[in-house]
Amino acid sequence: MTERRTKTIKTDVLARVEGEGAMRVRIESGRVTEVQLKIYEPPRFFEAFLRGRDFTEALDITSRICGICPIAYQMSAVTAMESLCGVEVGGQLRALRRLLYCGEWIESHALHVFMLHAPDFLGFESAVAMARDHPTIVTDALALKKAGNEIMRVVGGREVHPINLRVGGVYRAPRKAELATLVEGLERAREIALGAVRLTASFDFPDYDQEFELVALAQPGEYPIDRGRIISSAGLDIAPPEYESQFVEQHVPWSHALHSQRAGGGSYLVGPLARFATSFAALTPLAREVAVEVGLRTPERNPFRSIVVRSVELVHAVDEALELIAAYEEPDAPAIEVTPRAGVGHGATEAPRGLLYHRYEIDADGTILAANIVPPTSQNQVAIEADLRGVVERSLELPDEQLSRLCEQTIRNYDPCISCATHFLKLEIERC
Amino acid sequence: MSVTSRRKPKLAVWKFASCDGCQLSLLDCEDELLALAGEVEIAYFPEASSATVRGPYDLSLVEGSITTADDRERILRVRSSSRRLVTIGACATAGGIQALRNFADVEDFVALVYAQPDYISTLATSTPISAHVPVDFELHGCPIDKRQLLEVISAQLIGRRPAIATTSVCTECKRRGTVCVMVAHGTPCLGPVTHAGCGAICPSYDRGCYGCFGPMETPNVPALTRQMRALDATETAIDRVFHTFNATAPPFAGVGSDRD
Repeated sequence: MTERRTKTIKTDVLARVEGEGAMRVRIESGRVTEVQLKIYEPPRFFEAFLRGRDFTEALDITSRICGICPIAYQMSAVTAMESLCGVEVGGQLRALRRLLYCGEWIESHALHVFMLHAPDFLGFESAVAMARDHPTIVTDALALKKAGNEIMRVVGGREVHPINLRVGGVYRAPRKAELATLVEGLERAREIALGAVRLTASFDFPDYDQEFELVALAQPGEYPIDRGRIISSAGLDIAPPEYESQFVEQHVPWSHALHSQRAGGGSYLVGPLARFATSFAALTPLAREVAVEVGLRTPERNPFRSIVVRSVELVHAVDEALELIAAYEEPDAPAIEVTPRAGVGHGATEAPRGLLYHRYEIDADGTILAANIVPPTSQNQVAIEADLRGVVERSLELPDEQLSRLCEQTIRNYDPCISCATHFLKLEIERC
Repeated sequence: MSVTSRRKPKLAVWKFASCDGCQLSLLDCEDELLALAGEVEIAYFPEASSATVRGPYDLSLVEGSITTADDRERILRVRSSSRRLVTIGACATAGGIQALRNFADVEDFVALVYAQPDYISTLATSTPISAHVPVDFELHGCPIDKRQLLEVISAQLIGRRPAIATTSVCTECKRRGTVCVMVAHGTPCLGPVTHAGCGAICPSYDRGCYGCFGPMETPNVPALTRQMRALDATETAIDRVFHTFNATAPPFAGVGSDRD
C-alpha cells in the first residue's frame, strides 16, 4: 500500500506584484501535475467600451489599463492610429516621446528592481523594511525612481496617466530650459543605476536556464522602445501588422487574462531578457560595458538574472534620456495634423515588461469600430507557468514554505503586471 | 497630551477594480515615503510588502470600484476592520472608466472581449465604494494627486478635516497664472465644472481639461455645454468627454440625456 497524503499550502497573498492573482501548484507522488497562474483581477472590458469612441481618445482611455506603464499604452495607441492615418512622427517630436518613454522605463524598472524584487534576494518583506538595514540602497533607489518620474512630470505633465501625448505629437513641446532641470537628477541616477547593476549581479542566483523563444522589437541602431519590427531568437522577423498571424490568444478557465502563444504552438518570452538578447549591440556603451563587467551572457537565459538585465536597461534609459535632452531643439509645432481615414492600424512598442501590441479599426469619421490589446504579461503567462513547473520540479525537496517563496520569486522574475493582464497572487501548493 | 508610548497607527491599502495608479501614487512620494513609514505602520499593502498585519486598521485607503460579487462582500469586511476609510481615485469614488459598462449590456462586453464568456464572473455595473459602505472621505482624481494624498493621510491620522478644496480647476489656472485655453484659444475645457486638485495640469500644456477629477461641488454643467457648443464642439464630442473617467458621477452622468 502506498500512503497517500494530500497537503495544501497557501500563501494567501503573493505580494509585490502589480495586480491580483493566485498561483496553484499540484504535486502528485513527487511529480508536478498542474501549474496555474490564476489571474482574477476583475475584467474591465476596455476593448468593448473603446468601440464608439473617437480615435484620438484611445490613448488616454487605454492609459487607464495600467498606472505603472501608462506611456506604453499611450504610445502603442498613438502609433497604431498614426500608422492607420498614414502619418509618421519624427524628429524632435519623436525624440520627446522617446524621452518620455525612457522616464517610464526608469520609474517602472526602479520600482520593480528595488521595491518589488530586491527584497526577495536580500531577505526582506518590503523596501521599507529593507531601508532599516540598507538605508543607502533604498534612498538611492527612490532618487533613481524620482529621476524617471521627473521626466514623466516635465514632459508628460504628471507621473501617473500623463496628459501631454496626442495623436500627431504632443500638446505642448517643453522648453529647453524645462528639460535642463532634469539633467542633475539624471546624472546622479546614472551612477545609482550603475551601482544597481553591480549590486544585483552580486545576488545569489539559482542555476537555471530556460529555452523560450525570445521576442522583442528591433530597429537598426536603436535599443527597442517606441518602434521597430518584431523579431525573435528563432528567426522571426515581421512588421507589427503581421503580429496576429504569428501569435494567438487563448482563454483558459482559471484566468481573466488571455494566454498568448506562438501560432504554431509554444510559449515565448517578451521583456528585458528578450530585448537584451536581440538588441545588446544597441545599448549605450556604458550599459554594454557594465553588462560585460558583471558577466551577463548574451543571450542571458536565466530568468532569475532578469533583475540584473533590468538594471542594465536602467543605465541605458538614463543614458539615452541624457543624450536626448542634450540634443533637444524645440520643434516648430507640437504636433502634425492627422486626418482620420477608414482602416485598420497596428501599434507595437516595448512596455518596461515587454512587447505591447494594439490594433484598432476605425471608420472614416475616426470612430473606433474594434480594438484588440495584447499586454506583455498575457504573452509571458505561458512561459511563467512553464518556468514555475521547472523550478518546482527541481526543488521538490524544499519545505513548503521555502518552495512557496521560491515560486513567488520566480513569478516576480517576469515583473508581471496583472492589472495589465487583468492583482494579489495567492499561492497554493497541493501535494498528493 | 498623552505621555504614554505612542502606538503607530496602522495603514492598509486595498485594491478593487482599478489600474493600480492611485496606490502607486503613494510609492511615488519618493521624498516622503520613508518619513511616512516612520509615522505609520504599513500593515497591509500587498503591492509594496509581503508582510501583513491583522486588522483592525486605523486608516484604510481603498482603490478601485466594485465589479464582482466577491468584491461586494470583501468591501464589507474591509469596512468592518477599518476605523477610517478613504477612497482614493475615480474608480473608488465614482466607478471609474470601467463604469462605462453601466450604460451598456455587460453580457455583450464579455462576449466581445473573451472567447469563453462562461469563465467570466462579473457584475452588470461598476459602482463606487460609497454605494456599498460608509466612506469617511473621498479623494478625487484619475489618478489622485500625491500631495493631496499626503494631506488626507496626515489629516486623518491627526483627526482633522483634510484641507482639500472643492472648487473648480479654473481657480487653479487663475492661481498659477495660466491663460484660459477656452477664452484665448477656443479650446473646449471642462475646467469650469471639474473638481480642483490636479493643479490645472492640462491647460498648462495647452490642452483643455478632460475632467479626470470628476465634478466639483455644485457645478454649472449646462452653462459649460452651451459654451462648448458655441465653440463648435459636436454633441457627440460633448457626450464623450463627460462620459469617460467619471461617467456615472452626477451631473456628468446626465449630460446628453435631455436631448432626443
